[in-house]
Amino acid sequence: MTESERSNALRRRIRSRYRAERRFRLYGAAAIGSAVLALATLLGSVVGRALPAFFEHRVRLNVHFAPEALDADDRSAAGLAQANYGAILKQTLRSRFPDVTGRSEVRALSALLSVDAPYELRDRVLESPSLLGRSEEIWLLLTDQADLYLKGATDASGLSEAQIGWLESLRAEGRIERAFATRFLSTGDSREPELAGVWGAVVGSFFTLIVTLALSFPVGAAAALYLEEFAPRNRWTDWIEVNINNLAAIPSIVFGLLGLALFLNVLELPRSAPLVGGMVLALMTLPTVIIAARSAIRSVPPSVREAALAVGASPMQVALQHVLPLALPGILTGTIIGMARALGETAPLLMIGMVAFIVDVPAGVTDPATVLPVQIFLWADAPERAFLAKTSAAILVLLGFLVIMNLAAVWLRSRFEQRW
Amino acid sequence: MPAGESELTSGSSRYLTKISARDVNVFYADKQALFDVNLDILHHQVTALIGPSGCGKSTFIRCVNRMNDVVASCRVEGKITLDGEDIYRDEIDVVHLRARIGMVFQKPNPFPKSVYENVAYGPRIHGLAESRKQLDEIVMSSLERAGLLDEVKDRLGDSGTSLSGGQQQRLCIARAIAVSPEVILMDEPCSALDPIATARIEELIGELRSNYTIVIVTHSMQQAARISQRTAFFHLGRVVEVGETAQIFTDPKEARTRDYITGRFG
Repeated sequence: MTESERSNALRRRIRSRYRAERRFRLYGAAAIGSAVLALATLLGSVVGRALPAFFEHRVRLNVHFAPEALDADDRSAAGLAQANYGAILKQTLRSRFPDVTGRSEVRALSALLSVDAPYELRDRVLESPSLLGRSEEIWLLLTDQADLYLKGATDASGLSEAQIGWLESLRAEGRIERAFATRFLSTGDSREPELAGVWGAVVGSFFTLIVTLALSFPVGAAAALYLEEFAPRNRWTDWIEVNINNLAAIPSIVFGLLGLALFLNVLELPRSAPLVGGMVLALMTLPTVIIAARSAIRSVPPSVREAALAVGASPMQVALQHVLPLALPGILTGTIIGMARALGETAPLLMIGMVAFIVDVPAGVTDPATVLPVQIFLWADAPERAFLAKTSAAILVLLGFLVIMNLAAVWLRSRFEQRW
Repeated sequence: MPAGESELTSGSSRYLTKISARDVNVFYADKQALFDVNLDILHHQVTALIGPSGCGKSTFIRCVNRMNDVVASCRVEGKITLDGEDIYRDEIDVVHLRARIGMVFQKPNPFPKSVYENVAYGPRIHGLAESRKQLDEIVMSSLERAGLLDEVKDRLGDSGTSLSGGQQQRLCIARAIAVSPEVILMDEPCSALDPIATARIEELIGELRSNYTIVIVTHSMQQAARISQRTAFFHLGRVVEVGETAQIFTDPKEARTRDYITGRFG
């Protein structure tokens, strides 16, 4: 082979190597591109469906608070609370639509308003009893079907021709407005779609995760620290290690069964409570936390341990004052991965009763509560069409919860990070 | 230091023995790393351990402050005494032993804490300072004796890892002397440093000799010749020859020592 032949062969090989490298990069870019596309599609469809749930329609009516219609002789707070506000509402509607007379027609007309409307009136009166005998323009919430119609759903809103006609006439008068649904972000669940809110589930998720964090982080970190720094290497620790790795791969519903058998049946802790949910999720999260914490502890350079030992630190001082601070960011990362998984978990919570329909926003870890993924599951199952948007909106809230949790973790990490 | 001990200056044979190793055998699992090592380290002298890589020098000094305890597979046989007291007896408290025998490592390894905290850590865990003021004094005098004070006195709050390599190593020396040890073990303290930093550390070792007994592992024979009074030559896990540095380098008794010193192997 002459020298020029050799250099030609070399050049060919170099060219084909460059081509291979370009191809390789292209594959990578394509993979990332398709992932981004999938994510964008997912987010786009969820956001598109969720947006309507953040708005509600209200109607402005001139309500006359006639004391005689209230049917309340007793003007005390207790008496006013029990008075018949439905009658006032009916009167108000009748005066706005005088030509509606038939019994069923009147019922159809008042069905346009949310079942919450009388309670809204009651709250107004209880707030200022001087309203009695006066008239006032009041914004009242419309029912979910009217809301859907006004949001542009033409097919399945379930309204009659007459109801649509009344709505249109109110709209023509400028008596209907679209407003931000603060109710969605501030109330618990409800059978009525227009009243259902996600706040109960958010608070439930929050309490549950607090319990999970309070259990899995210290226990996981302590277990990892013991296994890495103190435990002797023998058959027992090998056996424990294998079992921890296996536990990380166990289907989560199994932990739910364990929670049901142990926490509810043996320890008789309250059902449907974030306390028990958090304990079950902590069991589920622990293996993840321990595995991540162990690898974080193992990656602390041995020179730090030696330095501390050489100045006469005891093994515990080495572990707590030198190894743990350096491993903490890694442990936090593992914990947040476990918590993110716990946040999205439904199956183990079904077993301990957190799937119940709960209207009240929980005030503590022992109150009955539900969590966001369970709420999504319940709404996705509901027959009312208005829950469709609520489902997507709850998914958005869940994603928002996750983002806030991760931001908190990033902030904590940067606070504890020690430069090595 | 108890007075009277350190006043014996003329002739190395009159120095007191600080550390004495008798028939020391060390095993890592089934592999034997040291064979029947007999070695005396004399009071307030610099003893250099030389020899090719893997000959057991580091293993030996790690036995002296029992750093080998943390290696699960390591087994030490024989007897090592500090001031006549067997350090492998059950009653010996390892933490206390390490407070008496400080160590400086091959790679500078300051804690990822401030310069001040690096030096203050040892005195604090041993309760050597009763007040903040006393602790300040210990930190300052340790940095001073390590020849680092002038360079870091305005940045005591900076991270120890932000210093240069040579400064980090002197910080590690300051950290070691802050707990007032009797012996300082140095495991190739200059191997990661440039010649200027090395010269600074060597100078420092010369100054520290009057207060501490120093054992230094080194790969540089020039360094051993410059700074030590006694030299021990290790080869394949055995002490081949030990004696006064001048004698080892000018008139070695063993052929293997001569071959190593003249660069025929190693």
